[in-house]
Amino acid sequence: MADQDLEPGQHSSAAMTSVEQDEHEAHGGVVAGRARQGMFGVRGWGDTSGYGGLTLPAYVPAPAQRPYGGWFDELTDELLAAMAERGVPTAAIQQVTLDRGEITYYVRREHLVALCRALRDDPALRFELCSSVSGVDYGAEVAQRLHAVYHLTSMTYRRRIRLEVAVNVDDAHVPSVVEVYPTADWHERETWDMYGIVFDGHPALTRILMPDDWDGHPQRKDYPLGGIPVEYKGAEIPPPDQRRVYS
Amino acid sequence: MTTRQHTGQQHTGQQHSETEPAHTIASGTTDTASDTGPDPYAATARETTEGRVYTVTGGDWDSLIEDWRHDERIVVNMGPQHPSTHGVLRLVLELEGEVVTQARSVIGYLHTGIEKNCEYRTWTQGVTFVTRADYLSPLFNEAAYCLATEKLLGITAPRRAQVIRVLLMELNRVGSHLVAIATGGMELGALTGMTAGFREREEVLHLLEFLTGLRMNHAFIRPGGVAQDLPEGYDTKIRDFLKVMDSRLPDYDKLLTGQPIWKQRLQQVGYLPLDGCLQLGVTGPILRCAGLEWDLRKVEPYCGYEEYEFEVPTSTDADCYARYVLRVEEIHQSLKIVAQCLDKLEPGPVMVADPKIAWPAQLSLGSDGMGNSLEHVRKIMGQSMEALIHHFKLVTEGFAVPPGQVYSVVESPRGELGYHLVSDGGTRPLRVHVRDPSFVNLQSLPAMSEGGLIADVIAAVASIDPVMGGVDR
Repeated sequence: MADQDLEPGQHSSAAMTSVEQDEHEAHGGVVAGRARQGMFGVRGWGDTSGYGGLTLPAYVPAPAQRPYGGWFDELTDELLAAMAERGVPTAAIQQVTLDRGEITYYVRREHLVALCRALRDDPALRFELCSSVSGVDYGAEVAQRLHAVYHLTSMTYRRRIRLEVAVNVDDAHVPSVVEVYPTADWHERETWDMYGIVFDGHPALTRILMPDDWDGHPQRKDYPLGGIPVEYKGAEIPPPDQRRVYS
Repeated sequence: MTTRQHTGQQHTGQQHSETEPAHTIASGTTDTASDTGPDPYAATARETTEGRVYTVTGGDWDSLIEDWRHDERIVVNMGPQHPSTHGVLRLVLELEGEVVTQARSVIGYLHTGIEKNCEYRTWTQGVTFVTRADYLSPLFNEAAYCLATEKLLGITAPRRAQVIRVLLMELNRVGSHLVAIATGGMELGALTGMTAGFREREEVLHLLEFLTGLRMNHAFIRPGGVAQDLPEGYDTKIRDFLKVMDSRLPDYDKLLTGQPIWKQRLQQVGYLPLDGCLQLGVTGPILRCAGLEWDLRKVEPYCGYEEYEFEVPTSTDADCYARYVLRVEEIHQSLKIVAQCLDKLEPGPVMVADPKIAWPAQLSLGSDGMGNSLEHVRKIMGQSMEALIHHFKLVTEGFAVPPGQVYSVVESPRGELGYHLVSDGGTRPLRVHVRDPSFVNLQSLPAMSEGGLIADVIAAVASIDPVMGGVDR
C-alpha cells in the first residue's frame, strides 16, 4: 500500500472526493455535539446575573496525537497492518479520538464491514464480541447528525474500542455488519427503528420496539417526547420537553 | 381474566417459504368461556391466505383435531399475554407436529421510552428512569449508569460508597437469580420451586427495603456515590439474612437439583455452545455455561471487585440444567461477597465531597414518612441565601457534565450490562443507550429451540431469563 504510512486523521484526498472533503472540513472533522444557546449555564467567567447568555460552538472531539499511550498505539499499528493486508485504505479511518481512556475510530462507512472483519479475524486484534450498536442523533442543525456507534470487545486481549460512523440524515445509509457479527441483528433493527438509519444488507430490517406501522423515528431530536401538563396543588407543570432547559 | 387475543396476521419475522397454507392457532389465555360468557374480543375462526385461523382457549383443542389430520404444519402464536413466556414476550412458532421448525420472538410490548426520557432530565434524575429498565436488577442499572456518569465527570465515588454498591448489587443478584429459578420453575410446572424462590426473594426485598428505603426501583445509587448512608443496625440485619439464606439454599438442591423430572425437562435442552454464544453476543450465565469464564467482575473489575474473594462457576454442558445449577452456585458466591462487604465497610463519606455534584443534604426519615433534614432547612431558610440558591440550582438545573462519550459495563445477573452515555456539555444527557443483556440474549432463542420440541421452548426461554423491562426499555 502506497499510503500505508499515512496516519489516520490525515485525510487522504484519494479516498475522499473533493466535495466530501470540503463538506467534512467545513464542519471541522467529526462533529459530536450541537451548538448551544440559551440564558443559563454560563460558566467560568464570573457572570452570575443569568443575563450574560450562553453561546457555545458544537463540540468537536480533538484528534489524538501519537503516541497515544497504553495499548492504543500497539492496537492502532496492528489495525493498520491488518487493513493493509486486506486492502482496506488507511483513509477508511477518518479520525482517532482518545477520551477518558477510551479510543474511538471514526470510520468511513464504505469500509466499515471490511474493517470489522479485520478487527474480528486478525490474530493480533480478535474483537470477537460486538457488545453494542447504538445510534446517536446530535440534533437537527448539525451536519452529519446521525451517528452509528459500535462497541467492540476483544475477549482474548480484554480490550474495548469504539467505531463511529457519521451520516447525513437525507442519506442515512450504513452497511450492515450482521454478516460479521450476527448479534448486531437486533441492535441494527433497534437503531433503524429509533433513528431511521438504514443498514444496507441487513437480512430483515424491520421495526423492533415500535409497532410495524409506526410513523417516524422516536429517538430523533426533532421527534417530540410527548406528554401532557400536570396540575399539582393549583400549579400547572408543563410536560418534560416543554420545561425550561438549562443547558 | 385477560381477554387479549392476538390472532390473524402472523409475523414470523422471516419470509414464509412454503406455499402450502398453514393452520394458525392463537393460544395465550386460559379463558374459560363457561363462566364469563362468550369472549367479545376473541377472534373467530376464519379463512385467510395463510390458512385457516382458529382460536383455542384450552379444553377445546379436539374441535380442531379433525381438520389437522391431513396437515401437520401449524403456526402457533404464543403470547404476549401468556403465563409461560416470562413476561410480555410473544413467540411465533412454526411447528411440524410437536417439533419447532422456526421460532421467532416478537418484542416491544413493554417499550416505555426510557432512553428518550433520560434526554429530558438531569443526570441525577436519569437514575430513576434507568432503574426501571431491567426491573429485576435495578441496582445494576443504577450502578452502571452512575459509573458511566462518573467516568464522564472524571470522579470516583468514595470507598464506603463503592463497598455499599457492591453489597447492594450482590444482594440484588441473589434476588434476581431467585426469580429466574422461581419463574422458570413455574413455567415448567414446578410450582413448589416457584413458591420457594419467591419466599426467599421476599427476604432479599425486605432487606433491600431496610437498606435503601424501597423494595424495587431504588434510585439509591447516584452519580458520585449513594443517596444515603446505610441505616443503623444494618450489620445485624444482613448477618441474619445470610443465616436465613444459608439454611434455606440447601432446600433448592433437595427440591430441584436432583429431582428426576426437573433434570429430564432441562438436561440437553436449549443447547447453545460457545461459538454460538460469541456470534450471538450472549453473555452472563449462558456464556459461562458454555465454558468461558467471562465475568466482568473478574476481567474488568469495577467498584473494587478485585479485592473480593469469590469464584466464577462455569460448566461445559451448555444446556438449561447447567444454567440452573450455575445460578444456584452464583447465589452462594454472591452471599460470600456480601459477607466480605460487611467486613470492608469502614466509616467514611458515601458521596464525593464536591458540593457541585453531591446533594446538599443528608435526608432522614421524618415522622410523616417523608425525607427531611431540619438542620439543612434551618441553614438555607435562616442563615445562608447562597446555600438556598445553590440547593435550588443543583436540584432543578442539575450539574453540567463535560462533553464526550463513554461506554461502561457491569456484570448484571444476565450478562454484560453496558451504558453508552453521550454528553454535549450540558446538564442533560444527549444520549443514554442501554446495552441490556436480556435484549441481546433473547436473540439466541431460535438457535436454542429450533429443531426441538415445543415444550422445550419454554425451558429455553426460562433459562435465558429475559426481563422484558430491560429488553424493551
